[in-house]
Amino acid sequence: MLTAILSGDTPRSRILTVLLLAVLVCLAAAPFLFPGVRALETAATICIFIVLVASYDLLLGYTGIVSFAHTMFFGLGAYGVALASTHLGRSWGALLVGTASGAVAAAVLALLIGLFSLRVRAIFFAMITLAVASAVAVLVSQLFEITGGEDGLTYQIPRALTPAFRFGELFGVNLNGRIINYYLVFAASLVLFLLLLRIVNSPFGRVLQAIRENDFRAEAIGYRVVWYRTAATCLSAAVAALAGSLYAIWLRYVGPDTTLSFEIMLDILLMVVIGGMGTMYGAVLGAVIFVLAQNYLQSLMGVAAGAAEGLPVLPLLLDPNRWLMWLGILFILSVYFFPTGIVGRLRSGR
Amino acid sequence: MSDDVLRIEGLHTDIAQYHILEGVDLSVPRGAVTMLLGRNGVGKTTTLRTIMGHWAAKSGSITYDGQDITAWPTPARARAGIGFVPEDMGIFTDLTVEENMVLAAASGPLDATRLETVFAAFPPLRTFWKSEAGNLSGGQKQMLSIARAMAEERKLYLIDEPTKGLAPAIVSTMAGALRELKRAGASILLVEQNFAVAKALGDHAAVMDDGRIVWTGAMAELAADAGLQERLMGLSMEVTG
Repeated sequence: MLTAILSGDTPRSRILTVLLLAVLVCLAAAPFLFPGVRALETAATICIFIVLVASYDLLLGYTGIVSFAHTMFFGLGAYGVALASTHLGRSWGALLVGTASGAVAAAVLALLIGLFSLRVRAIFFAMITLAVASAVAVLVSQLFEITGGEDGLTYQIPRALTPAFRFGELFGVNLNGRIINYYLVFAASLVLFLLLLRIVNSPFGRVLQAIRENDFRAEAIGYRVVWYRTAATCLSAAVAALAGSLYAIWLRYVGPDTTLSFEIMLDILLMVVIGGMGTMYGAVLGAVIFVLAQNYLQSLMGVAAGAAEGLPVLPLLLDPNRWLMWLGILFILSVYFFPTGIVGRLRSGR
Repeated sequence: MSDDVLRIEGLHTDIAQYHILEGVDLSVPRGAVTMLLGRNGVGKTTTLRTIMGHWAAKSGSITYDGQDITAWPTPARARAGIGFVPEDMGIFTDLTVEENMVLAAASGPLDATRLETVFAAFPPLRTFWKSEAGNLSGGQKQMLSIARAMAEERKLYLIDEPTKGLAPAIVSTMAGALRELKRAGASILLVEQNFAVAKALGDHAAVMDDGRIVWTGAMAELAADAGLQERLMGLSMEVTG
C-alpha cells in the first residue's frame, strides 16, 4: 500500500526513511507541536518549497535541463491568485480561478519557450529562460496598475482561511482559519509531491532519465526528445505555479521580491543540490534544511554567541550578524561532503 | 517490393568542415547479413549514423523498405523498424537492465516470448535484470545494447563493432546471438573488425575507403582472397582475425 502511494520509489535507506518520517510527522502536526506564528510560517514555507524544489528537480535532476525561469512560473501562480482575488473579490471561486489560470499560463509559456529553444543546446535554453524571467520581472514591476509594481498586491481570501475565523481549541491550541489554511497548504503540497513522485516513476519519467543520460540514444530508440523535454518543462512549470498559488493563499500578499526574485531561484538550485539531484526525496531534505537555516540560524547563533561569551574570538565568529557567512560555509561543506546530495549519500550507504 | 531492405545512393555527409562520406552507394539485401568493412576512419560509423539520422545527409538518398527516409527525424526511423546498436553501446547506466529493455520497446509493452529469446541469447541479463546497468561488466553492457535492439521486431539492424574490446569468451557469446538473429531472418548491416566473426556471419560484404564504397560482393569471396583484402584494406584480414 505504502509502496504504491510512493509509486514504488521507496527511500531505500533506513536513515532516510527515519528522516522523511520525522519531517512528515513534524509538518503534519506542526500547529500543535510548534505553536506560534513564526513556527507555522516556517512549516508552511517548507511545504511549499518542497513542491517548488521537487518540480525543479523534475527538470534539472530527471531531465537534465537547466532553467532559470522557475521562479517566474512560481510567480505566475502567485499573481494568478492575487489578481483573481483582487478583481473577483474574496471567494473560493477566485482562488480556484486564479490557481487554474496561473497553472495554465505557466504551462503555455513553458510550451512556447520549450518549442523555441529546446531543440538546440541546453545552454541556449538556460540563457533564454534567464532572459524571459528577467523580462517578466521587469514587466511586473512596470505594470504597477495591474500588478502593484514593487509594492505588490495585498488581497483578501475566504474568511475560513484567516485568523479571524475561530472555531474552538484542541490540545491547548486555539483553532482558527490560519490552521485550516496551513492544512490546505500541507495537503495540497503532499498531493503535488506524490504526483511528482508518480510522474518520475512512470514510463514517461524513465524516458526523461534516458534523455538526461543520452539524448541521441533515446532518439535512436524512437523517442521524440524535444517533445519529452517540452512536456517535462510544461509539467514542471505548472506544478511550480501551483506552489506559487499556495504561497499566495498562505501569505495573502504577492510582490516581486517574494515570488519572482533571482535570489529565490538560487535558493531553489541550492536546495536541489544539497538534497540530491534526481531524487524527489532530496527536495524534501533540501527544503527543510535550507528554510530552517534561513529562519533559525541567526537566532541559534545568538544563543551560541551568548554561551561563548568571555572566550576569545568565538563570540565574534558566532555573532548573529554573520549568519549569512555561516550559511555559505554550511553549503560549501555539504556540497563537498555530499557531492551526490544528502539522499544520494544516504542511499549509497557510504 | 525490392529485395533490398535498404538502398543508399550517392550519400554525402559532412561533419563540421570535414567531408566524411563522399558518395556512398550501398544495398542491404533483406534477410541477410551485410558486412561493412574498411580501415579505421573511412566512414563506416558515419554511414550507420547517417542512416539512423544522427548526422544529416548533405545529398543523396536513403531508401528503407521502399520509402525515402532521407529527411526523416531519427525517432521516426527507429519507429519504422530500424534498430541501432552504436559503437559506444549507449546504454542508460542509471536505469536498471529491466528499465533499459522496457524503454527499448518504444511502441508497446515488452513481449514475453521475445524476452525469453533475449534471455536465451544473453543469460547474464536475466541474472542482473533488476541491477543498475552501470554496474554491469563491459561484455554484459554490450549484451544489453544488442538485447535492446532485439526488444522489438526490427526490419533492419545497424550494429557497430559489437565485439570491440571484448574478451574472447564474450565475443563468442555475441557472435552466437548474432547468428541466432540471422537464423531468425533478420536483415543486418554490421560493422565488424574481427575477421573470424565477419567471416562466420557475413553473407555479403561492402568495403569502404575514403568515404565511399570501393568493393561489394560475397563475403566468402573476400574471405578467400587474401590479395583482394590486402588491396582493399591495406592488410590481410586473416592476420587480424
